[in-house]
Amino acid sequence: MAEFEPKVIAFVCNWCTYTGADLTGTSRIKHASNVRIIRLPCTGRIDFMLLMKAFARGADGIIVSGCHPNDCHYTSGNFHARRRWIVYRSLLNFMGVDTRRIIFSWVSAAEGAKWAEVVNTAVKEFRALGPYDEYKNLAPIRANWRTEHAG
Amino acid sequence: MSRIGVFVCHCGTNISATVDCPGVAEAIAKMPGVVHSVDYKYMCSDPGQTMIKEAIKEHKLDGVVVSACSPHMHEPTFRRACAEAGLNPYLCEMANLREHCSWVHEKEDATTVKAIDLVRKMVEKVKKNQPLYSIKVPVTKTALVIGGGIAGIQAALDIANAGHKVVMVERDPSIGGHMSQLSETFPTLDCSQCILTPRMVEVAQHPNITLHTYSEVESLEGFIGNFNVKIRKKARCVDEKLCTGCGLCSQKCPTKKNLSEFNEGLGYRPAIYSPFPQAVPNKPVIDKTQCTFFLKGKCKVCEKVCPTKAIRYDQEDQILDVEVGAIVLATGFNVLQPDFFPEYGYGRYKDVIQGLQFERLASASGPTSGEMKRPSDGKEPETVVFIACAGSRDEAKGLPYCSKICCMYTAKHAMLYKHKVHHGNAYVFYMDIRSGGKMYDEFVRRAIEEDGVKYIRGRVSRIYEEDGKLIVKGADTLLGHQTVEIKADMVVLASAAVANDGAEELAQKLHVSYDPYHFFAEAHPKLRPVETNTAGIFLAGACQAPRDIPETVSQASGAASKVAALFSQSELTREPIIAVVNRTAPPLYSTCTGCALCVPACPYQAIEMEDIKNRDGRVVKRAAKINPGLCQGCGTCVALCRVKAIDLQGFSNEQIFAELMAL
Repeated sequence: MAEFEPKVIAFVCNWCTYTGADLTGTSRIKHASNVRIIRLPCTGRIDFMLLMKAFARGADGIIVSGCHPNDCHYTSGNFHARRRWIVYRSLLNFMGVDTRRIIFSWVSAAEGAKWAEVVNTAVKEFRALGPYDEYKNLAPIRANWRTEHAG
Repeated sequence: MSRIGVFVCHCGTNISATVDCPGVAEAIAKMPGVVHSVDYKYMCSDPGQTMIKEAIKEHKLDGVVVSACSPHMHEPTFRRACAEAGLNPYLCEMANLREHCSWVHEKEDATTVKAIDLVRKMVEKVKKNQPLYSIKVPVTKTALVIGGGIAGIQAALDIANAGHKVVMVERDPSIGGHMSQLSETFPTLDCSQCILTPRMVEVAQHPNITLHTYSEVESLEGFIGNFNVKIRKKARCVDEKLCTGCGLCSQKCPTKKNLSEFNEGLGYRPAIYSPFPQAVPNKPVIDKTQCTFFLKGKCKVCEKVCPTKAIRYDQEDQILDVEVGAIVLATGFNVLQPDFFPEYGYGRYKDVIQGLQFERLASASGPTSGEMKRPSDGKEPETVVFIACAGSRDEAKGLPYCSKICCMYTAKHAMLYKHKVHHGNAYVFYMDIRSGGKMYDEFVRRAIEEDGVKYIRGRVSRIYEEDGKLIVKGADTLLGHQTVEIKADMVVLASAAVANDGAEELAQKLHVSYDPYHFFAEAHPKLRPVETNTAGIFLAGACQAPRDIPETVSQASGAASKVAALFSQSELTREPIIAVVNRTAPPLYSTCTGCALCVPACPYQAIEMEDIKNRDGRVVKRAAKINPGLCQGCGTCVALCRVKAIDLQGFSNEQIFAELMAL
């Protein structure tokens, strides 16, 4: 049987991590192809509901990445994101969502190699965790994305 | 139903080498709402763009997805092409197939599957895109320069020479700043005042520059192109129009024993004074805390002797309202003050002085007329110890940064001393010599090799007085931490450059960010060093970080060119990627509940609460209002809004959820 390929959604900011991921491309650093990047202006833009929706759509893991602290293009958006993450985590724990399924990271526009590393590590960890079937018990929404779009 | 056009680019073989481009186009063509899906070798080429334009017209497309490189690369190109074909440019999106897919993955099915996913999510997004229109804001072509040191002077002159009006605000009675206090400047040893004063005069006489000395910025409102500044013009107690600057008042003032700020406390000045002879404007001020009339109610000697009757004891602070389009912050630095060095005895021993005081001692316009006389007894010091890094690079003192200028000015000081006292001994204790810069290292070598300044690598642990000498105890780390003891007549501390007094307060007034040491923060450390994160406010000189004169001047010119570029347009065009508060028709007005959580979250102070009144003028609702000129579109407020009354144009909730639903 082929190895399990987790579905990973990344929420990244436009100025640091998106540009950093562009640099990964420009530097031709190969990495796992499981990640789908959603571009946002800032990590401060990330709404809790976006993460929940990603899980509902069958994501096995989520990466959130933005500018390093103090480097935010918008001065303080990443601080809001960081603070919210602390709140979300306890909320997710309370709801029974596995917080190991969300990876938070800082990748600057100059860290192309780091982005590849973040992606590879994340995919490896999510693969080890296996398909996130428990979420279906939490929220019985169809999560059969793999078969749905195969044709 | 949407009519979306998808254009898949091969980018030569950059994308097609690992992604099956025709396959992607084919798969996407089956998506609902997609009416046109093609692949082509080079989408960004002229024929490629023409292809898009023709397809928009032919298929009446209401959305375009170009699946090619990163939007950072070609989004403007394709949006322009769409605009030329009559489609709102914000209805065009890009799927990043090159940087995020073909370049980073092997040639396999999974790569093509990912490519299809990336295009699909952009198609879903573009279906929800709304036409947006770039925002136009008018520009007031007047610049405010805060600070009248060399940075402010250079910036003001450059902006004024570009043909724009400048308002300069200086806190002290005269412009000139720290540079006017310096004796000579490294690495050429030319006289500081000789090169500075002509520029000061130029500022005063320039038809485009309005100078407000003895004034401070009281408050700032508005946004780029449209700032409204309140300036507090402190009472000089002298009518500037009548005063000729003859100086009679200062000569006759009976209260003469006031420590001179200009001479760093090494000399005295009267209560009515001009800080220095070349002051610009050369109009005195009365120091109300020292003037006998203000303290005791009688004296008025200056009023009696003034030939033009310019003294005004009853003058009050004035508040001036000024409208400007851009601001240059050039408030400079300060040196670390006495009590910081208990181990060096600064403040306890008169002959332990800091760098700026040495400048005044060495200056021909200083309290000793340039003769090398030590402060305690006026004797010529035979042995002088210079201590570099007094405070700088010292975590224990809370200043881990390098003050940058001290290595050079310490070498200069030692050199100046040796030039005045040929038989004297000059010792320099240093940690490292940091002399990067044109002709800088040569200058330090000259101090060591030609002028015989003795450099000792090591720190000084303690200074104490014994038999009228200052005993400097230190270690020589190049001689295996051998203890060194020098009997000195004078000690000069190259004390750290720190942010100027009130820098934090000013930064908060202007909504400019600052670092932990209260130096103002630039927008990007490498690529936007003269801009702040607040659009329209620029930085020049040592208010951003310690820096020397050549660097300050170039940065000031850089800031001035940014201002001139801003003023070259009659209106500013801004991307409409901004947050908007949902507004519906009366009687609801808005879904905003007026909780005001978004107000403190905004890094740009772009959100304020607005009272919504009915016909009778009664307040029926309070709702958030976003200033489109200030909003930069980060979306922090959107994520925070509990009732989802705020949305971000271009990255709306609807758009992002649509993207997610496609995955």
